[in-house]
Amino acid sequence: MKEEFKVISKFIEEKSRVLDVGCGDGILMEYLLKNKVVDVRGLEISKEKVKKCLSKGLAVIEGDAENDLKQFPDLSFDYVILSQTLQAFMSPENVIENLLRVGKKVIVTIPNFGHWKVRLDLLLKGEMPVTKNLPYQWYNTPNLHMCTIQDFYNFCNNKRVYIYKSISLNGKKTSKITSSNLKFKNLISELGIFLLEK
Amino acid sequence: MKSIIIEKTLKLDCGKEISHFPLAYETYGNLNEKKDNAILIFHALTGDQYASGINPITKKEGWWNYAVGPGKSFDTDKFFVICANVIGGCMGSYGPGTIDPLTNKPIGTNFPVITINDMVNAQYNLLDYFKIEKLFAVAGGSMGGMQVLQFVSNFPNKARVALPIACTASHSAQNIAFNELGRQAIMSDSNWKEGLYDEKSTNPDKGLAVARMAAHITYLSKQGLQEKFGRNLQERSDLKFGFDADFQIESYLRYQGSVFVDRFDANSYLYITRAMDYFDLTKQYGGNLSKAFKDTKTKFFVISFTSDWLYPTSENKDIVIALNAIGADVGFVEIKTDKGHDSFLLDVPDFLSTIKNYLNTNYSNFNERRI
Repeated sequence: MKEEFKVISKFIEEKSRVLDVGCGDGILMEYLLKNKVVDVRGLEISKEKVKKCLSKGLAVIEGDAENDLKQFPDLSFDYVILSQTLQAFMSPENVIENLLRVGKKVIVTIPNFGHWKVRLDLLLKGEMPVTKNLPYQWYNTPNLHMCTIQDFYNFCNNKRVYIYKSISLNGKKTSKITSSNLKFKNLISELGIFLLEK
Repeated sequence: MKSIIIEKTLKLDCGKEISHFPLAYETYGNLNEKKDNAILIFHALTGDQYASGINPITKKEGWWNYAVGPGKSFDTDKFFVICANVIGGCMGSYGPGTIDPLTNKPIGTNFPVITINDMVNAQYNLLDYFKIEKLFAVAGGSMGGMQVLQFVSNFPNKARVALPIACTASHSAQNIAFNELGRQAIMSDSNWKEGLYDEKSTNPDKGLAVARMAAHITYLSKQGLQEKFGRNLQERSDLKFGFDADFQIESYLRYQGSVFVDRFDANSYLYITRAMDYFDLTKQYGGNLSKAFKDTKTKFFVISFTSDWLYPTSENKDIVIALNAIGADVGFVEIKTDKGHDSFLLDVPDFLSTIKNYLNTNYSNFNERRI
């Protein structure tokens, strides 16, 4: 069980209705079903992964967030989860808007491009960073819109999206991100996990 | 041949009423004591009740032999599978080929026009017959999928799981066009005689064969045809400059047409294609497909195929969208294959294994929860 998923599941209240966007193999969905007695749906773009999920009896539909979130009515889920895929969309802005339309609360995790190793790669080597969380070369990366925790904070402020909770994840260590430690957390976090509300 | 006689009056969509009519069926596997392991499978246009094993009439494999049987997708070691011949069909159920006791001749075109709704309502009687309170699943591809959708909308609390496969909630203009082509082929055969041909003497075989040939093309994909036949010649090294079957694809289609007329009744073909054309579940619910499923707790698993252009993914997805709009429990996957619409009948391992796992997992989840 990934640390990230543990943090996400702590955000979720029992007996809620959850949509996991980009649910992958359904690991998080299964965990939530076992521990939180929730009604969980998944959306996943990879046929192979969708088949895996369906084989496990999970309610997953094949599709992608940019085209297929439309079909879900306003506020039809208590939580919508988007784990580490925001940077891969053509329009992250539209996706976030749609997530906030469909979910009463939205959980977004982002790989942090402000991490010191990333900064050092560019500063010292003069090369695009390749890290554990971002293992691609510039020419084959699916990640079109990388951002830092600071960027995401700014984005939410501009869009008047309320950040209800935010957690920094560095290795297995979790800590709270606050406005006073933001600069520092932006330097040391590998992942940022946010609970958002419109 | 197993059949039940339905005594209860069935009011058809056309307004006519029928009663005391036969419904032929077959079963596979055993109904357990709790009667909670039954799966009702609906056949497609030219199918029948013999889904698995060897069809005793045609001596060929059942139409869903890949999917139904011990250890298969619909595992008959675990589930009790029921499949009935639709009304309007020609394998023992009430249809245009049924002999009218008054005239001692086939009913022919005096048979009432039936709908998918009528077919489903007739088959519902099987639940009473087997004293099944609730089916574990309903499943079917193509017209069978349409029956799945109609079944859940008519009986929202009678199946735990529904698998509509390669189908649509509303028959498209293109679907109707192809069906009309087939019907015209039959009706323009001079042996058709306004549908009052006597089955034993001269049937409109030529028309029916052409109908089958045309339809068969729609079940395959361009890529599939190209790969299987290409421009290969049939038992000859050069073109013969005539109208014999020079190409393998011609010979293949002619063969498909000729074997089809041996097992299928031309009037049944007219009636069943008509039922498909009339199918528009969206319209039945005032233009809002979601309303068809608003009362149901049934879990849906919708499946489409990449190369199916007859009932394309977009139309299957419309069903998913309608279900999501009301928060119904729905899974959906588009299976990658070049075998066209026919994929649901063929050995497509991804498709068969996903269904198997989905059914088995849901069945054990359901059993665990109940304990």
